[in-house]
Amino acid sequence: MHLAACMIALKGILKREFLRFIHQRTRFLSALVRPLLWLLVFATGFRAALGVSIIPPYQTYITYETYILPGLCCMILLFNGMQSSLSMVYDREMGSMKVLLLSPLPRSWLLFCKLIAIALLSLAQVYAFIGLGFLVDVTPPIMGLLTVLPALVLTALMLGSIGLFLSSRIRQLENFAGVMNFVIFPMFFMSSALYPLWKMRESSEWLYWICNVNPFTHAVELVRFALYTELNLSALLITTGTTAVFMVLALWGFRSEQVARRH
Amino acid sequence: MGLEVRQLGFRYGPRQALDDVSFTLAAGQLNALLGPNGAGKSTLYALLTRLFSLQKGEIRLDDVSITHPSSRLKQRLGVVFQQSTLDLDLSVLQNLEYHGALHGLTSQHVNRAATELLERLDLADRRHDSIRSLNGGHRRRVEIARALLHGPSILLLDEATVGLDTAARQSINRLVRELCHEQSLTVLWATHLIEEIDSDDPVLVLHQGRLLADAPAHVICHKQQTRTLAEAFERMTELKESRRCI
Repeated sequence: MHLAACMIALKGILKREFLRFIHQRTRFLSALVRPLLWLLVFATGFRAALGVSIIPPYQTYITYETYILPGLCCMILLFNGMQSSLSMVYDREMGSMKVLLLSPLPRSWLLFCKLIAIALLSLAQVYAFIGLGFLVDVTPPIMGLLTVLPALVLTALMLGSIGLFLSSRIRQLENFAGVMNFVIFPMFFMSSALYPLWKMRESSEWLYWICNVNPFTHAVELVRFALYTELNLSALLITTGTTAVFMVLALWGFRSEQVARRH
Repeated sequence: MGLEVRQLGFRYGPRQALDDVSFTLAAGQLNALLGPNGAGKSTLYALLTRLFSLQKGEIRLDDVSITHPSSRLKQRLGVVFQQSTLDLDLSVLQNLEYHGALHGLTSQHVNRAATELLERLDLADRRHDSIRSLNGGHRRRVEIARALLHGPSILLLDEATVGLDTAARQSINRLVRELCHEQSLTVLWATHLIEEIDSDDPVLVLHQGRLLADAPAHVICHKQQTRTLAEAFERMTELKESRRCI
């Protein structure tokens, strides 16, 4: 009975997030426009300046667009994860968070359902983006579209957990904008999403090390390898570990009193 | 039997929000909780709904102490908060479905209960309307429907009529009383609108975190030797004196 109730809650939360997403169609478009701009404009401009040598998992020289595709997929997950978490801050400010907190079901399960919902919505956007990539000749292996799925799910869960943890610590919506600037942009730019780490090391040793400890770098590499049907074990371990840590922190942050007292 | 609070205390740091509050809700009746702003009403609600953890005292449901986990209490409680907690992007029915899912109710159960409640609350023809398109009174009705969807035996209303016009307030008041009568629902209605309270209603008067009275309204008037509950309340909370000071 309890398991059945938990599954009903999962279905209900997925439906609610999906309906909210449908009502906010511009969110879907903006989620695609941002990485497309990077792929079509930024990559075209930087193609000549940033040559990419043969590095795993690639077997040959690749275009810059091909290199940044996994990073841009993770960019979608990053922005979507954070934006969905922002909706939790909004829910708390508007009071609708109480509806969730008053459920008799375990709060950890409800938050996990929320993370799954965020991940599934993000995945739809990532696959739509990869599909658009095919139109501009950025073509990962077809089998890679399947093997990348678990990596994308894990990355989405990691970023969603980080977002949930942050939203549990933020009192007001206004503060969240600041955190976005201090978290999203550094996380994205100080990673291997746009340039390989060896390239970064050539320019700055300390920046290279910052990029190396950034969990987003490892998530990008996990996705990059999986997209080419390969497993990057160290990236998998680091991404899994980071997901577990932030899930625990998010659950701790959403203890009833912690959340309710922020009203 | 029902909901009983024993020696409840709560502090926000150095500030004592509730101090030794004890009462038992009269089952199947509308119990009014009266108190000025800052009296501790919202803190009391947060403790009853377990949004806050207990610091001191005990809450008992059907003579059984409610400690962690609080799922049994939450199944028995329906809550309408002062601040609207509806999802504006969703329709009336979708809001109810979401609430039902969070309580693990099957869609058949939700549909049946939602149909009955929306008809009862004169909202049947608005079930597919977006919450944004509803006026304040209708939104409150939706919140009451949602609070009753999982069949609670206790309904907590935290200043549920604030911001509504007189007609909407009276309509909701009448509705809640009918629900008490028909479904033996126990209601705790926090308000500072004294005209919402009838002379036979059990009344709890909370002031500066302390419970000053726990008796039917007419008994409180008699004890305070006043003609109306408003006068009794004012006397008890010494608002007159503070106004004079101003």
